[in-house]
Amino acid sequence: MHLAHYLTLLQTAERDLASALRAVAEAHHEEPAVQDTARLTAGWADEHAERLQAFVDRYAPLAPDAPEELHVDLFRGPRTGGLAYLRDLHDLVLQATTCDVSWTLVGQAAKGARDEELTAAVRACDGETGRTLAWLTTLLKTSATQALVVA
Amino acid sequence: MPDRIADPWGTRTPHGPGTPWPVRVDSFLEGDLTEDDVDAWYRSASVLHSNGDAMDIAVKDGRIVGVRGRATDRINHGRLGPKDLYGWQANGSADRLTHPLVRDEHGELVRATWDEAMGRVVARSKELLDRPGGWGRHGFYTSGQLFLEEYYTLGIIGKAGIGTPHMDGNTRLCTATAAAAMKESFGVDAQPGSYTDVDHCDALALWGHNVAETQAVLWMRMLDRRRGPDPPRMLCVDPRSTAVAREADVHLAIRSGTNVACLNGILRELLARGLYDPGYVAAHTVGLDELRETVEPYDLPRVAGICDVPVADLEAAVELLGTCERLVSSVLQGFYQSNQATAAACQVNNLHLIRGMLGRPGAGLYQMNGQPTAQNTRESGADGDLPAMRNWDNPEHVQELADLWNVPVDRIPHWAAPTHAMQIFRYVEQGSIDLLWIQATNPAVSMPELPRIREILDRDGLFLVVQDLFLTETAAYADVVLPAATWGEKLGSFTCVDRTCHLSEKAVDPPGEARADLDILLDYARRMDFRDQDGAPLLKYDDPEGAFEAWKACTRGRPNEYVGMTYDRLREGGIQWPCNDEHPDGKERLYDDGVFATDPDYAETYGQDLQTGATVSAEAYRAADPGGRAFLRAAPYVPSAQVPTEERPLLLTTGRTVYQFHTRTKTGRAPQLQAAAPDAWVELSAHDADELGLHEGDRARITSGTGAVEAAVRISGIRPGMVFVPFHYGWWDAADGGRPTGAGRTANDLTVLNWDPVSKQPPFKVTAVRVEKVADGDGPSPAPSVGGSAAADPGSVPATVGGPDAEARERLGEG
Repeated sequence: MHLAHYLTLLQTAERDLASALRAVAEAHHEEPAVQDTARLTAGWADEHAERLQAFVDRYAPLAPDAPEELHVDLFRGPRTGGLAYLRDLHDLVLQATTCDVSWTLVGQAAKGARDEELTAAVRACDGETGRTLAWLTTLLKTSATQALVVA
Repeated sequence: MPDRIADPWGTRTPHGPGTPWPVRVDSFLEGDLTEDDVDAWYRSASVLHSNGDAMDIAVKDGRIVGVRGRATDRINHGRLGPKDLYGWQANGSADRLTHPLVRDEHGELVRATWDEAMGRVVARSKELLDRPGGWGRHGFYTSGQLFLEEYYTLGIIGKAGIGTPHMDGNTRLCTATAAAAMKESFGVDAQPGSYTDVDHCDALALWGHNVAETQAVLWMRMLDRRRGPDPPRMLCVDPRSTAVAREADVHLAIRSGTNVACLNGILRELLARGLYDPGYVAAHTVGLDELRETVEPYDLPRVAGICDVPVADLEAAVELLGTCERLVSSVLQGFYQSNQATAAACQVNNLHLIRGMLGRPGAGLYQMNGQPTAQNTRESGADGDLPAMRNWDNPEHVQELADLWNVPVDRIPHWAAPTHAMQIFRYVEQGSIDLLWIQATNPAVSMPELPRIREILDRDGLFLVVQDLFLTETAAYADVVLPAATWGEKLGSFTCVDRTCHLSEKAVDPPGEARADLDILLDYARRMDFRDQDGAPLLKYDDPEGAFEAWKACTRGRPNEYVGMTYDRLREGGIQWPCNDEHPDGKERLYDDGVFATDPDYAETYGQDLQTGATVSAEAYRAADPGGRAFLRAAPYVPSAQVPTEERPLLLTTGRTVYQFHTRTKTGRAPQLQAAAPDAWVELSAHDADELGLHEGDRARITSGTGAVEAAVRISGIRPGMVFVPFHYGWWDAADGGRPTGAGRTANDLTVLNWDPVSKQPPFKVTAVRVEKVADGDGPSPAPSVGGSAAADPGSVPATVGGPDAEARERLGEG
């Protein structure tokens, strides 16, 4: 059963999301639009990663050896220059998307494993990840036109 | 003769529930003039606050010489507030702008003709429009103090002429949250209640609303019920000891920034104790389970800890709100300009929804406005909304506007929500907006984080147009200054929170070459040669009444229908919208049938996430079609980023006094008002003053993360841990006329450029600061002894009085 590997993958992705949100907020400190909500959603991502630990511990003994590299770095630090803010938001959308997709996969696995606790965790956390993604998408769409057509 | 500086609220006319509010006609005429000396009276209403008090302007020898409240009007029954009585004198100030100014090659503002000034604006505008994305290089920052006809015209120019989404009003600083909260709960930005609900209610709740100082006449209405038989009980939520707080039966002086925790706790108890109307909730709302789940963790002991108020006081509030039968709530800046603004305001909506307190006499809700014509900025499309409460994300709504204006639909920007004011300034800062046109507002003093705003206004390459009455602090940065006519010098209409529209007549000519704002906008449109898709002029009218008729057509079928109004009918008195065939005299209360404006085809928004501001998609909204029911929307409490620290251990809140309005461009030029509140002050509790070694009148320095201010100390009844500085005081009337280097007296040097995720309103009420003593004082601070700035020890400071120059008239019982 490979579930533990995907739980770890998701946990890492949530941690990456939290640190990417904070890094983007800090790098673009002159953009008020991103500050408070990045702090809020980074907090959610941290909580998700923490909440996953119990399930990682539960399923790790049942897992075969880790397959080859599952984790992909989607965010390699904030950029500078004219499109930096837009491009960094774009990266955050990708990072949040990978979390969102991973929650979907873990949710499917939780049902197969008949793990009601994990199913409940998925429902709670994926809702927040989805809201983070919706916020980032809104911000990206609101910023894109001016950045690409006017500036 | 009453001195309405010493007593802003005048003589009480008590009455009981369900009986008419007695008439009291207030008037003030200059010098020894009597009403017999007046040549003519012209109809208007208040423009120095949002209450909409109907008044007549007295004219003698071609000059305005005073005002008189209108006895027959539904809003005020003859009463006027101090700013109404004395504020008109600013019209006649010697320093009014009387001709356009342009910046010359030496960087000086010099006199110009209208042709020259408008020529420069149009040349720059056309040059930008010729570049790729030229629409996006234009930004408009307008006001809450122009007239309906002017906003609608501006909206058409921006949306269908230039095609830019970068247009907003200073309403963003004042009532954006009212709009956002009503959209989230009820589907559209339409005020449900009527001021007459005060005459019927058995409970009043003031949520961060210092109504005594912001809407003096509404406070008179409340006080008259409080002094009569069967008075309403009263709750006040405010960290300051205002006149409202001192009058209230229950005062929750909560820590600034914790409104959501407070309301979540109250809602939790009402639900847990069954103090709600299950029938109404089931029939007319959606989201009860989510609301319960959200508020469940907020038991009163926990809330008491977060808000720092006694559990017993919270219990008393729950009892008051849970047992009344006809509740009036009013919400203002203590909620709108604070942490989690929209979520907090939505909780007040929820309170009224779960208790079924809407749409019947005495059960009323005002998501209040701060400015006289803010309602019109919001409903006519001069802010971050489309005209007549249309939804930017609904293609049918945008098509309706395109058909109405006869332009291609893609000329109207609707790829995202219109750009809010704070983001407009950010685009200016980045250099992607090159032409910023500011009308009747003074962001150099009123915006948050002024050191940054001033740099933005001063940016190289920015072409700044300022349209105003005076050479304000903002106008000093302008490339072109356009002198505008004001209230009493131009014709138009405007609408207050009660949805009542008043006509405001031209009583006198504007000074010099000053022009009505509408004429300035029409001139710009003509010079730009904006056309519809058949080649006809985009704007098909050339006077206020023509603009009003065009606006009426725009409102057809929308919640704010004006179609049954005419200028002639408005001359008879104020009329509420909706005014149409079904309601020819206007409709007193909305949602009396429990049907809300949440139908997907009708609503002004598909909603936003209350915590993040993420937009809800059309598909998601339609899938969850509420079927005309209201939304119970709520969010958990999240502390502000601005919390007390060791370095900055106090929380700053900013606000108003009853004597001044905004940056005092008018009230500072009315002698009685200016004398009553001549300079800035800082309020501290006796406890904090003691710890800091400060006494009444001492000079103190207040420092935040963004700047510093110095002011004289008033020891007031504000809660410990908080300080208050009024935001009125810029530097136009400073001794040398220039901005002081170092710490000035302008409160917004301290506040932070940030905004609520949903309403995009900045949180002026929550800034962490440090306070230190600078020097001993040589007497009491200039803070008024009336209202929120009253001294904790009233005997320790002289009473604020107006003297003989402030003697006004009151006539009681006149029909």
